[in-house]
Formats: sequence, structure tokens, C-alpha cells
Amino acid sequence: MTETLISFANVSRFYGEVLGINNVNLTIPPGITSLVGPNGSGKTTLMNLMTGLIRPTQGEIKVLGIAPEHPEQLCKVVGYCAQFDSCPKGLTGYQFIYWFLRMHGLTAAECDRKTNAALERVSMTAAAGRPVGAYSKGMRQRVKLAQAIAHDPQVLVLDEPLNGLDPMARAETIALFREWGQNGRHVIVSSHILHEVDQISDQVILLSQGYVVAEGEIKGVRDEVKEQPMQILVRCNDPGGLAARLFQQDHMVEAKISRDRKGLLLRTTDADSFYLLLNKVILETGLEVESIAPADDDVNSVYQYLIGGEGGTV
Amino acid sequence: MQPGEVQLWGRQIAAVLRLEMKKTFLSKRGWWIYCLAAGPVVVTLLHWLVMMRPRSGFNHHLGDDSIIFAGLFQLFYLRATIFFGCMGIFSNLFRGEMLEKTLHYYFLTPMRRELLVIGKYLAGLSVALVLFVGSTAAAFLTLARHFGAAWSDYLYHGPGMSQLGSYMLVAALGCVGYGAVFLMCGLFFRNPMIPAAVVFVWENLNPFLPALLKKISVIFYLRSLCPVEVPVPPPFSVMVIDADPTPAWLAVPGLLVLALILLAYTAMSARQTEINYGE
Repeated sequence: MTETLISFANVSRFYGEVLGINNVNLTIPPGITSLVGPNGSGKTTLMNLMTGLIRPTQGEIKVLGIAPEHPEQLCKVVGYCAQFDSCPKGLTGYQFIYWFLRMHGLTAAECDRKTNAALERVSMTAAAGRPVGAYSKGMRQRVKLAQAIAHDPQVLVLDEPLNGLDPMARAETIALFREWGQNGRHVIVSSHILHEVDQISDQVILLSQGYVVAEGEIKGVRDEVKEQPMQILVRCNDPGGLAARLFQQDHMVEAKISRDRKGLLLRTTDADSFYLLLNKVILETGLEVESIAPADDDVNSVYQYLIGGEGGTV
Repeated sequence: MQPGEVQLWGRQIAAVLRLEMKKTFLSKRGWWIYCLAAGPVVVTLLHWLVMMRPRSGFNHHLGDDSIIFAGLFQLFYLRATIFFGCMGIFSNLFRGEMLEKTLHYYFLTPMRRELLVIGKYLAGLSVALVLFVGSTAAAFLTLARHFGAAWSDYLYHGPGMSQLGSYMLVAALGCVGYGAVFLMCGLFFRNPMIPAAVVFVWENLNPFLPALLKKISVIFYLRSLCPVEVPVPPPFSVMVIDADPTPAWLAVPGLLVLALILLAYTAMSARQTEINYGE
């Protein structure tokens, strides 16, 4: 196997008339890659596509040169910790991984050895004999992670893997991702916990409403995202005066005053400059500001986070 | 095919088979299927116990019990126990995984989906054979035990054993045929009850259908293989349309081929199946 990339070429996926992802072109190199975006942005669709659980409506996907239509080849090199929280009824943590490995065609002795190693890797050896159904959310998350790594895959795909983990388990899991990423493997993680994305990722793919908005190394994405206009709602005592001052700037795209004459909805391509200018206007004019908030939902928080770090929009 | 691939496939099928057996055999969810299988045995056991009482004074013949069993088998086993039992077992093999959101567990293994279908079918078939063929044999052997030596003579020196063999074969073929039908329904339909109801009506209308249509059903071939014919009581006898029974040499391979075609189609479709838990 010489191919080391995961590639999406013009991939779209529709669920009936609902868009999952649209016209995605991506090339993912080895290392830790984070998929970031709000709910419904297409993160899970992308992961399900690359693990062969669903098929693209159009386009072509290759994972290390293997098409997902061939699970008998793909699943040897891919481990997937899916968002689905259920496990076949009545299985213990040990059996959950053991039978998964048996279906890979391994011998009983190999399965036993690999199962124990995977459980130990996620610190679940002590609870291995208990039914998965009786596990806490964090334990289920860990046993799912053990299942994903048990066959030692080249590509590890993890859908919200840090959900429900306590701080200790979180740190251990992040260490595991780093180790796998440094070994030249692919670790693809989706997460809402943005400061962790920043901590662990080599690459980031930013998704919004089924489209890839930005991709690449975190620094590059920050620059790319700066080009996206974002909406900010400012509530103050003189929105007209504020709009007049702000519109002298190039980065301002649009401004609308709300019906109650107390709010100003702005669209800007450079949030950092906007906030600097707003501070200046407040100091110079004594403008009374009630609130400042991104008007779009989560995705703008993500943009803002990636653009400005702790630079606070709210 | 690469060397060692057959061995790998064998190990993978065996893994699915053992996992499914572990999950489904004697599970609480299947209580109604065990009741269906145990029902006729309980009835024949009660019949035997009642007839064994000193003052029961039974006045029927061994031949009557033979016809009673034929009726029980054709009306209860074939039309209810095996039909609904197979529906419960086989349609759940895929549909149950989708409802419990666990099918991805299998789909994330490097196993050909065709092998998954075979493994699941064999697991369902093993359970169905144990339950329904076992139940058939137990019911047959207990129904006429109160005849004592005459019954032993009928079994060992008369047509008893051959009849028992035929009933067991028909029950097994029923599991093979209905199993393939319901495995396919479980993969294709969100609610397998709807196709099951259609198949049920079709199978039960069989005696009243024209000769050509009769042959497009599982029950027609199974009834052809039953060793004792059940007389149809009036007024239904007027509506029954006679058709030449299919000879055993055609009925048995015919049913097996039908099951193989359905299984092959299910296996090919499984390759295209996606994980969609309806979220």
C-alpha cells in the first residue's frame, strides 16, 4: 500500500432532498486532522462516507487508495469510533472487541491478545467483564475507542471522541491521538470542543451547511476564514451614528438598524479590525453599548475562535 | 480468489454464526417464538396424559391420531408456528440491528457483506431448526404414546418413522424457505410486518387459487411433501381447487433453489446497504 492520502473528489451526498455535503474536494495527509463545524454541518456525513457506512450521491472517495465500496479491504486499514452509542445486546466490554476482531478473521488467541491490549490502552481492563449496557457514557466512549484501535488501523476516524470523558481520560485520549498521529497514521477527529481542536490538530477542516469553508493547517485556515463575512449584532444607544462611523472602513459589507432603533446588524470581512474600531468609537464618543454578539449561530463562534483565539467576541 | 481466502471466509462466517447464536438463542426477546414452538408439544403432551388416565376410556384409533397430527402440522405448524416463528427470527437479523442501531458494528469489519448475510442466515436457520424441527418431532412422538405397544409397532415396524422423517424434512424445508423470504424482508423493508402479512395471505389463499398460481408459494411444495393428506371439511371443500402435487424430487430441490436465489439477491443487496438509523 503506497498511497498515504485520503481524498474526496467532487463528493456530494444528499439524504433525499436534504443536503449532507456538497461538492467536497479534499486531500487529507497523515497526522491529526480535525473536522470542525456546528451540528448539521456535515462532519458525521464526511466520516460515514470515508468509512463506507454510506455512499456518495456523486464523486469519488479513496482512503489510502482504497474505495469504500470494498469494505473487505477498507476496514482492515480503518478504525471508526462512530457516534452511535449502542452495542450488540448482552456483550461485555471484552466480548464487544473480541467478536469484532473474530469477524476480521483472526484466530482466537490473536483476538484475545489484541482485545486485552486495546482495553489496557484505554484503561478499561478492570471493567472488561461487565456488560457494555451497564457502562457510563465515558466508559462506553472508551470501549468504542478500544474497538476502533484494536486491529491497529492506519486510519483512525473518531466522531466526537472526547464526549463524556472525564479530564483524566480526556488527557489520556489526546495523548493517544498524538502518538498515532506522530507515527505517520491518520487520526481524523470531529469535535465541538474548540480549544482541544487547537491543541491537538495538525490540520483542520472547517465545515458549514455541507460545504468545506476552509481547510489546511490551523494558521492557514485562520487567514482563509478572515475572508468570510460574518454578522455581528451590536445593541447600543446610537446605532445610526455607529453605522456612519463604521462605514468609513473597507471591511464593512452591510449594516442594518433594527426596528426598535437600538440594534445594529453588521457584516464585516475583518472581525478583528471591527472590534478594534468599535473600542475606539466607544472611547471617543462615549457610546453606550448594551451587548455585542455574533448573529450567526455556532459556526461564527467557530470562525471567531479560529480567527481570534481568546480575542473575545462576546 | 487468493490462497487462504476460503479459510478466512470460513472463520468470518463462523464468527458471525457464533455471535448471533450467543445473542439470539434463548434471548428474552424471543419468548413468543419459544411459546409458538412449545405450544403443540404441550397440547400433545396433555392429550397423552389425559389418555393415560385409567378411566379415560378412549375410543379412537391410531389412524385417527395420525390424521389429527397431519392437521396439526399443516394448519398449525406450517401456517402459524414455522411461518411466524421464521418471521420473528429472520426478519430481525438485519431489521433488529437497525432498530437497535448496531448494524455498523458488523459493517465496520473487513468482511464481505455476502458473508455477513450467510452467517446471519445460518445462525437464524440453526435456531429455527432446533426449535421447529425439534418441536415437530416431540409433538409427533408424544401424540399417540397412549397406544403403548401399538404405537411402538407403528413407529418401528410401520410407517411411523418414515412419516416422522417426512414431517421433520418438511419443517426443515419450511425454515429454509421462509427463512430466506423473511431475511430478505428484514433487509429491504422498514416494517417487515407488511410484506409478512402479504405473504401470509397469499400462502393461506393457496388451496383456493388456480393451479398455476398455487405453484408460486412455499406452502404448496411443503404440502406436497407431507405424508398424510388432510381432508378439507365442507363448505371449504367446494372452493378448493385441485392441482397435481409436486413430486418430492422436484419439490425439495425446487425449494432449495428458491431459497438460494432469495439469499443471493439479499447478499448482493447487502453490499449496497447503508447505515441509516432514521435519525
